[in-house]
Amino acid sequence: MAIIPQQHMNIIVCIKQVPNTTDVRIDPATNTLIRDGVESVINPFDTYAIEEAARLKERCGGKVTAITMGPPQAENALKEAISLGCDEGILVSDRKFAGSDTWATSYTLAAAIRKIADFDVILCGKQASDGDTAQVGPGISAHLNIPQVTYVKKIVEISAGAAKVERMTEEGYDIVETPLPCLFTVVKEINTPRLPSFKGMMRAKYAKLLKWTADDIEADPAALGLDGSPTRVVKIFTPEARKGGEILSGATDDVSKELVELLKDLVI
Amino acid sequence: MDYLLTEQQVMMRDLARQIADEKIKPVAAHYDETEEFAWPIMKIIADSDLFGVYIPEQYGGLGGGVMDMCLITEEFSRACGGIALGYAGTGLGTFPILLYGSDEQKQRFLPDIAKGKRLAAFCITEAGAGSDAGSIKTTAVKDGDHYILNGTKQWITNAGEAEVYTVIAITDKTKGSRGASAFIVEKGAKGMEFGKKEKKMGIRASATREVIFTDCRVPAANLISKEGMGFIVAMKTLDNSRPGVAAQAVGIAQGALDHAVEYARTRVQFGAPISSFQAIQHMLADMGTQVEAARALAYATARMVDSGAKSISKESAMSKLFASDVAMKVANDAVQIFGGYGYMRDYPVEKYLRDAKITQIYEGTNQIQRNVIAGHMIKESLKK
Repeated sequence: MAIIPQQHMNIIVCIKQVPNTTDVRIDPATNTLIRDGVESVINPFDTYAIEEAARLKERCGGKVTAITMGPPQAENALKEAISLGCDEGILVSDRKFAGSDTWATSYTLAAAIRKIADFDVILCGKQASDGDTAQVGPGISAHLNIPQVTYVKKIVEISAGAAKVERMTEEGYDIVETPLPCLFTVVKEINTPRLPSFKGMMRAKYAKLLKWTADDIEADPAALGLDGSPTRVVKIFTPEARKGGEILSGATDDVSKELVELLKDLVI
Repeated sequence: MDYLLTEQQVMMRDLARQIADEKIKPVAAHYDETEEFAWPIMKIIADSDLFGVYIPEQYGGLGGGVMDMCLITEEFSRACGGIALGYAGTGLGTFPILLYGSDEQKQRFLPDIAKGKRLAAFCITEAGAGSDAGSIKTTAVKDGDHYILNGTKQWITNAGEAEVYTVIAITDKTKGSRGASAFIVEKGAKGMEFGKKEKKMGIRASATREVIFTDCRVPAANLISKEGMGFIVAMKTLDNSRPGVAAQAVGIAQGALDHAVEYARTRVQFGAPISSFQAIQHMLADMGTQVEAARALAYATARMVDSGAKSISKESAMSKLFASDVAMKVANDAVQIFGGYGYMRDYPVEKYLRDAKITQIYEGTNQIQRNVIAGHMIKESLKK
């Protein structure tokens, strides 16, 4: 890993609070998750982003700001992020954001980040464990018109204005060089998240979070919430367990031949 | 039971519990088997800030006391009494500096200990001086602005791994109990060597070695307090650390008990889980009650120490005596409840029995504890 002389890096980490269970309830009217009353945790992939941000700060010097768009209870996620090494937290919360799809969410977060103004790196988790779309990170970079590298498994070098990272692929990894500011989405392979420190927990306890509404981030109301979402969730359901199917049995050679014939017939 | 912990104490305890469950528990059996020192765990504890819990804030600590140390030691011990000793043994080795060190000595040593960068070890026991601590033979002879240490300390916890050693040695043979002094010796000092790692029944992840001084020159600036204060420093140190041993014992007992209850619920014999048999239920009830009583006594004593009470020896001895006897009994019963599986090393519970035994022996055998308690009770009765 290249050793970079001390400099000030402004790092933003986008986090999301997700339900701590696969047993979620769905609001039949809006086809979105009912989040109230369910135990919430920081999205697992985001913990890797927080850890990487903390490590970047240790490596380069600077400041880490955690930001989340969510209901008031998302404050807890920000406080936890502070206990894990972030310096401050911003809650972007407004009834007008309700029902946002990934386009509206990334628009909203981008607007908030524009208000922060000074940033060198934005870190996001690869995807959220509830939506699983992996779209918000790329969406933010699109709205901000900055470069993005997704599936980052290692930040090899970073200095004022440029970075070199490893992007994970199915076969291995690419090495990507990018100017800064840049947005990275990270995978689990990038690090092992630390446990909170006691001093971190005390900082989190007394931290004063910034809270921004739609007006504070000067968002275009038409771009927010359910109305600002070009996609519609039509239905969320647990798929029925698959039944039936044909089981081929016999010697491996014979079965393989039979399977090939069946596949040929289906013209797959 | 609600022990009326402060919010900060709850945070500390929960963090220690998280470390115990997520980091120590998964590797406890491995370190017990290999007897390596668990440096990766020490690093995690250091990063959590918990090494400095009982050290004043001005020296980089969290400004807590013995009670906070007990909460954390108990949680670590529930997962592994041996690994917990890297933490608790450092506390024991640090108390002489904390209680009697000069401000200069505290500035020199406490910050790194608080950060977990350096571990500590307390050296009093010798081959010929266990319970009879007064008959130690290690000498410290003044030579200009140094003392020259000669002698061998035995069975020292953290020896070889720690960097800060608080050592009790004889400076004046003629003065009897006023003839010993306490010194701080740093690892790497010329004339200081370590023996081989001892092979123990339990707490195998804890490093126990001889510390051998051969014409070891120690700066006079490392003398704690004054010449002749050695045994007072040692006794006060043990008074402060015994509740920690009690906490370790409570943690070991609780860990064994948790395993026993879970096993009893799931083990089916004669068509029913054995937890439905009164014989087992009565054992569990007795075990649970005794652990709670040991915990209550340990915490009450720790709080008493933190309140600055002048006379704490009797209560300190009581907490250690009771909790260690409970740990042995509970661990023994836990093995019994597991039956044949309790005897197998592939199952976690026999380790608790092997680990519990030492708590009845070190930091003053339970026989010595009884002497101390009775001595104080008689003295108090005389005063009335």
